[in-house]
This record gives sequence, C-alpha cells and structure tokens, in this order.
Amino acid sequence: MAMRPLAMLPEILLFVGGLVCLLGGSFTPRRRQWTLRVVAAAALVAAVVAALAGASAGGTAFEGAFAVDVATTTARVVGAVATLLVLALAADEVAGDDRESETYALLLFATTGALVLAGARDLLVLLVGFFLASIPLYALVGLGRTARSAEAALKTYLVGALFGILMMLGVTLLYGVGGTTSYPELAGALAQAPVAVVGAGFVGVLAGLAFKAGSVPAHFWVPDAAQGSTGLTAAFVTTVPKVGAVVALYRLVVALPGPLDWGLLVGVLAVASMTLGNLAAYGQDDPRRLLGWSTVSQVGYLLVPVAVAGRSDLALPSMLLYLGAYAVTNIAAFAVTTAFPSVRDLGGYAGLVRARPGLAVGLVAVLLGLVGTPPTAVFVGKLTTATAAWDGGMPWLTVAVLVNSLASLFYYLRWVAPALRRDDPDDDLAAPRRWSAGVAASASAASVVLGLLAGLVWAGLGGPLSP
Amino acid sequence: MLSLTIFFPLAAGLLLLVPGVGPTAARWWWVVASAVEVALVAGLWWVYETPAEGSLAFDEQVPWIPGVDSSYHVGLDGLSLPLVAMTAVVFLACAVYSLRDDDRPRTQAALFLALEAVCLGLFAAADLILFFVFFDLSIVGMYVIIAGWGHGDRARSALTFFLYTFLGSLALLAGFIGLYLAADPHTFDMLELARQDPFAGRGTAGVVVLGAILLGLAVKTPTVPFHTWLPPAHTDAPAVGSAVLAGVLLKLGTYGFVRLGMALLPDAWRSWAWVVLVVGIVSVLWGALVALAQRDLKRMIAYTSVNHMGYVVLAVGAAGMVAADTAQARGVAVTGAVTQMVSHGLVTAALFLLAGLFLDRAGTYEIAEFGGLAARAPRTTVLFAVAAFASLGLPGLSGFIAEFQIFTGSIAAVPASALALLGILVIAGVLLWTLQRIFTGETRGRSGGFTDMRAHELWAVAPLLALSLAIGLVPRPLLDVIEPAATTVVAVLGR
Repeated sequence: MAMRPLAMLPEILLFVGGLVCLLGGSFTPRRRQWTLRVVAAAALVAAVVAALAGASAGGTAFEGAFAVDVATTTARVVGAVATLLVLALAADEVAGDDRESETYALLLFATTGALVLAGARDLLVLLVGFFLASIPLYALVGLGRTARSAEAALKTYLVGALFGILMMLGVTLLYGVGGTTSYPELAGALAQAPVAVVGAGFVGVLAGLAFKAGSVPAHFWVPDAAQGSTGLTAAFVTTVPKVGAVVALYRLVVALPGPLDWGLLVGVLAVASMTLGNLAAYGQDDPRRLLGWSTVSQVGYLLVPVAVAGRSDLALPSMLLYLGAYAVTNIAAFAVTTAFPSVRDLGGYAGLVRARPGLAVGLVAVLLGLVGTPPTAVFVGKLTTATAAWDGGMPWLTVAVLVNSLASLFYYLRWVAPALRRDDPDDDLAAPRRWSAGVAASASAASVVLGLLAGLVWAGLGGPLSP
Repeated sequence: MLSLTIFFPLAAGLLLLVPGVGPTAARWWWVVASAVEVALVAGLWWVYETPAEGSLAFDEQVPWIPGVDSSYHVGLDGLSLPLVAMTAVVFLACAVYSLRDDDRPRTQAALFLALEAVCLGLFAAADLILFFVFFDLSIVGMYVIIAGWGHGDRARSALTFFLYTFLGSLALLAGFIGLYLAADPHTFDMLELARQDPFAGRGTAGVVVLGAILLGLAVKTPTVPFHTWLPPAHTDAPAVGSAVLAGVLLKLGTYGFVRLGMALLPDAWRSWAWVVLVVGIVSVLWGALVALAQRDLKRMIAYTSVNHMGYVVLAVGAAGMVAADTAQARGVAVTGAVTQMVSHGLVTAALFLLAGLFLDRAGTYEIAEFGGLAARAPRTTVLFAVAAFASLGLPGLSGFIAEFQIFTGSIAAVPASALALLGILVIAGVLLWTLQRIFTGETRGRSGGFTDMRAHELWAVAPLLALSLAIGLVPRPLLDVIEPAATTVVAVLGR
C-alpha cells in the first residue's frame, strides 16, 4: 500500500484544468474565452492519454482507497471523451456567453467527480466523488437562466440533497457496524454484522448512486434537467455521471458480502428503471424530454450486468462496453437537438431527410441504436448484458431487457418517422449549428463503428477488478 | 468469393450515394448491378458441390466478437443456395420493373441494393448473431421502403410491420442467447452448435428455447395467428417492396424453421412438431378462406402468401413427426418445403409486380372496379394467368413440384396432413374466380383506359414466370441441390 498520487494523474489533470478555466475566466476578455475551451479540451485529451498510459501499471492509489484497473480506465476514457464531445457542443451554445469559462470549469470538475466515483474503493472516497460530481451539476443545470432551467436546478438540488443524505447515512451505518470504510476490509468486517443494518447501509449508498445514475427511485430530476437546461448540460448530465455511478455500484456489489442478495435488489431497480423510463417516454413531444426518459430506461439496461456482478464472466466487460456505447450514442442524439435549437417538438423534424440527409441518417442510426438494432454498439452491449444476466442465473432480467427494448421501439420511432417523411422541411431545419452537427455526425458514426469493431474493444476490456 | 457476392450490392448501392448521379443513371446502375449479382450467384451455383455433412460450401470465417465466440461466418448448402439464387433473381426483377419509376430513384436503388446484400447475408449466415444482425437490418430496410415509398396509410402499416417483426426478432434473440449458454464451450456458431446439439436429452429447457425461436419465426413467416401485420404492409407498400417482402423476406421465417429449429434443436423440434403441423394446417386453411373474402387484389395475394407459407410450415412440422419407416417421406417433405420457398418467391414476386400495374394504371386494387381486361391488355392477362396457375400448383409449373412433394411427404408421415388439401382447392377457386372477374366478360369499370404492360414491366415479370416454368418442367437441377441437405436435416431429426 502506498500513496502513488500519479496513479490518479487523469483526475488531477482534469481538476487542474478546471481550476485554470475558473481562474483564467476572470482574466480573459469575453470574446477570447474560447482559449479556455482549448485549455479544457487539452486537459481532457491529456487525461485520456494519461489513463491509457497508466492502464498497464494498474494497482491502487492512496493506500488502496482508489483502484486503477480496467473499469477505472474505461470510465476515464469514456468519461473524458464524452466530456470532449460535450465541449464541442458548448462551442455552439455558450461561445461568447458571460458564463462560458464557468461552464468549462464546472464540466471538468463534475467529470473529475464522476471518475473518482468510478475508481473509489473506499466509502469515504465514494462520498467525495459523489459531492464533487453533484455540486457542479446543480450549477450546470441552473446555467440556462430560464424559468424551466431554474425549476430543473431546484429539483435536481432537492433530489440530490435528499439522496446525498441517504448516502451519507448509509456510509455511516456501514462504517458503524464494520469499523472500516475500505471495501476489501468491509467484506470481512461485515460478515458478522447485523444483517438489517448492513442492508440499510447498502440501500443508503445505493440511493446516492441511483441519483447519480439517474435511475429509479432517484430519477425525477432527469427529464426536467434534460428539458430545462442547455443542450450541452442535458447531454452531459445524462451521460458522464452515469458512467461513474454505474461502475461505482458494480464495485460495491462485488465488494459487499452476503447474506443479502444485493444483485437481486439491483436487478429489481433495473427492471423498474427501464420499464418506467419507457412508459414515461411514450407521451413526450419534446425530443430532449423524450431523451431524458430514454436515459432513465437505458440506465436500467446498464444496471443489468451490475445485478449479476461476480456471477458471470461476461458481466464486467459487457457493462463497460455498454457504457462506452451508450455514451457516444446518447451524446449523438442530444447533439442533433442542439444542432436545431429552435426545434423543440418531434413534429418539427418532419422532412429532415430532405433538408439534411446526412444528419437524418445519423439520427435514425442513433435512435435505432438506442433500441438495440444491430450492428450498432448499443446492440452489442445489450446482447452481451442480456447474455450475462441469463448466464448469471437471472433469465427474467434477460426477458425484461428484450421486452423493454421492444417497448422502447415505439417512442423512438415517433422521432424517426417524421425525420424520414418527405414533407417540405421547416426553415428551422435548413441551417444546423456547425459544431453540433459535427458531433452528431462523428458520434453517430462512432456508435456504428464501435459495434462493428466490438471484438477489438472487447479484447481490451478483459481483465478483473483490482482485488 | 461468397462475401464478394454478398457485399457487392451494398458497395454498388453506396456508390449511388455519390452526389451528382442522375436519376436515369441510377436506375440503370441498379439494373446492371443486380444483373452482375445474378451472374455472380450463377457462378457460385456453377462451382457449387454438395458439402460434407456438418460443413458448408464457400465457408468463410472471420472472428467478430471473440469474447462471446461470435464470428462473421458465412457458407452455403442445399438449403441456402436455392434461396440465395431466388433472392438475386427477384431483386433483378424489381430493378427492371422500376426503370420508369420517378420517385427518388437514386435513394430507392441504393436502399434496395443494400437490402439485397442484407437478404443474401441472411441466407448465407452461419453464426446466430450474424443471422440476427441481418434479420434486424432487413426489418429496418423494409420499414424505410414502406414508410418512404408506400401509399395509403403507409406510416401506420410500416409501424405495425416494424413493431410486429421486431417483437419476433427479440424472441429470436432470446432463443439464441439460450442456445449460446447451453453450449459448452459457449458459442453462437451454427455449425458448432449443430455438432454439439447442446439441448440433446435436456427436455424442457430445449423446448422453451425452441419456443422462443419458433415465436420469432412464426411472426416473420407469418403463420396464423401472427399474420395480421402482413396484409396492411402489403397493401401500402410499393409494388417492388411487396415483391421483395413476399418473395424474399417471408422466406427468412421458413428458412429459419429448417436452419435453426430442425438443425440446431432436433430433440425439441420433435416435441414441437405437432404444434408446428397444426399451425401449418390452420395457416393453409385460414389463408385460403380469408383470401376468398378479399375485395382488394393485393390483400388477396397477401393472404395466398399466408396459405403458401402454411404448406412450408406443414411440411417442416410433418418432418418432425419421427417414425422409423418414414424417413424417406419426411425427406421428400423437407425438399418440397425448400422448393416451395423458391417457387413461392418467384411466383408471388411476379403476382405483386402485376398487381402494381393496377395501382399504376387505375389507382386502385379493388377487384370489382375491373372487368373484361383481357381485351384491353392481353399481355397482362397472359402473365397474370400464368402466375395464378403457378400459384395454385398447376402441373408443369414450379408450384406443382413443390406442393406435390410437400403433400406426398407429409401425408405419408402424418395422414392428417391431408386436411390441408382443402386449402389447395379453395386457393384454386379464389385465383380462378379472380381471373374471371378481372379479365373476362365485357370491358367495364376502370379497365377502359388500362394500358397494357410496357417493355420494362414485361421483362421484369416474364423471366420470373419463365423460371417457374423451367423448374416445373426440369426440376432435377434444383432438386439435386436441395435433396442432400434435406436428407441430412431429416437424419439429424431422427437421431
């Protein structure tokens, strides 16, 4: 056990990048704040490079409190690349805005928090990650400065405060009966502890992570945040925190011993999340709100491998693959909405295929990808997670995934159908914003290519969690 | 070589997306590419030799997701080669038929070429996940064709089609996952699964897994009671879309029965055989009776498809009723089933293309709007009559060869199959009655201004029927390819 602070170089780079943006923002004239976007992008690229370079070293940092393994590395790469894409959306949405540099700083801080969550091997580090990821989020959601944005920020804050407290309570309980906060030691220490207390503690921590992941029962803020805040915030909050939270939950389920069946609880939440997200998405007309509910259902699928964590060899790689696939696909979908900021209902996309055939094809690929149509990356993720569920002894989860995929097709098609209609397009569709269109095109292409190259990616996702 | 054949249409389609290709160039490019594809398939047929049991001709394998042992694995045998050939021919007919179509020809051609690649890939796939990938892509392609080029209430029909068949594909996927997990070592490879026969002697598990697969295929085929998506999809699809949907896509279901159900889960297939048999008989009778009640020409043809696919289902069901002395008869039934798939593909594609003329000339499919067309449009009349006779199984045409074998084999194995003979009778009545109503008597209704078939329409439909006639007169080359594969399947079932 050693400190090895360099093992956390990617997180450090992001945090320092955030500080530079925050402080530099005070000195930089508004029309030159784009330089800070370059700084932020550089920090993210450096973080990806550092993550890949540090992947081979592995091990733990800060005396075992932070794990550097395949899950952390994947979360780092996915989180940083996703934030990079969001940053490109920011070039359209906040360039020249008086909150530009603050936006970049908040994005970087929240990303750091999500990555700390992903690597945490200690309940206290988990808490730090939770707050580091949450507090910038409240500010980001409120940055839109509209009534809806204020409402969304308040809702996010209240839900976050409630579930944050539950999480602290859970950590306290587990620490109280276990006498330690380190995962490897908890496993032994909790074996003799009263089952009810351990159960309550786990449920508390689970509640906090459910808030970050935007899953049932802490999902209320997601559709509001997706609809009310700026497009870049919507894309960010539905993607990056989920990456950290899902990986963190996976570690927790693996670390905590029986006798209670944590996997079963997570499995039930997964089914509730995918079902509720799908049902609620049916009636939505605002594409961003629809996507917000769709991310609730997607988290359900992401929790499936967590439910069978440790019971199937496929669980970890399938979850990591799905995380990456989901991140690019979800951001691509949001990028289409930011490309046409004035189009805020599904009918407004009528005739997109005529106005912008390339974007229309990308949108269709992304939405069908979210359904799980091959050969997109989400398909491979869904296939492998569903297989892992059955392999791990929960065939009912497999059935739930497949049934929900069918159910989700209906509302995604509500968006696909107008986009492919040969109506005369609205003027709004004539000129998409450049950066957003670029992100939509590249991320949707990536979601397909990632699926075709799934074998290569999968090979890189092998390997266990650090013990 | 096989991969080239599969992906050539896709590459040709992608080339069309280069900006600046004019409509005429696009249409001719489509025809030329489809013709080259037919030549490629003919080349494959020419060098094809029946592969040894447990292997495929033109076998090609590249790892795709080694983590779950899924690979790009393609190959052909006596079950798939005839269907691959039929697919190439039907798509060529569609390309020729569309030579005068002005509705966004470039996109349409690109889409059909891509769909052709998907269909060919599906028949050639020897990996469950690859099969599923092509299966789903075929649904997406057809959805876009119905929604984009259809008429009437096309959005709704396309949605129904997508939801229904997507349901089927997910049931299929559940079954695939079950097969994968039952195999040891886990694999999605069809040849390896056939070798392992993972559910041998495992009773209910195999029955459940096959149940999921059967559900998926029954929706796709479609059989009663999952056929309700078919008539609206056909009614609102463009003529070439209907031809591909009925001619090629429906075969994916019945092909799956043989390729996935019988070959991979023989034990469970024997348990399900009587259900399949009954569903087949009901589909035959139901399809025929409902066809009788249709006033819309295209819906009528759609229901004859339900009836014709019913024969195939009947045959594969009967083939599963294993008894010691019926192996040969059951082999004949399976041969008949595959022949019927090819025959139905050619004949129904021709019928749907002919039905397209009615919408084009008169704007309606209502049978009652026409009468005495023979005087106005002799070429249409002759071809429609030939197609109808081929469809009802007149000797000398391919339908007879197929249905004769199906009934010889099935009745010998399960005498109760004879019930389905009633279906042939009713369908014969339906088709003859339709011929009589539309083509004979005084010229009336919308027959007045009906222009006879133009050259491109004639050259699209006539070759399909000529092939049907060729199979009917000289069936040996086709049967020589199918029979060894059918015998293998039946032998696996009898183990």
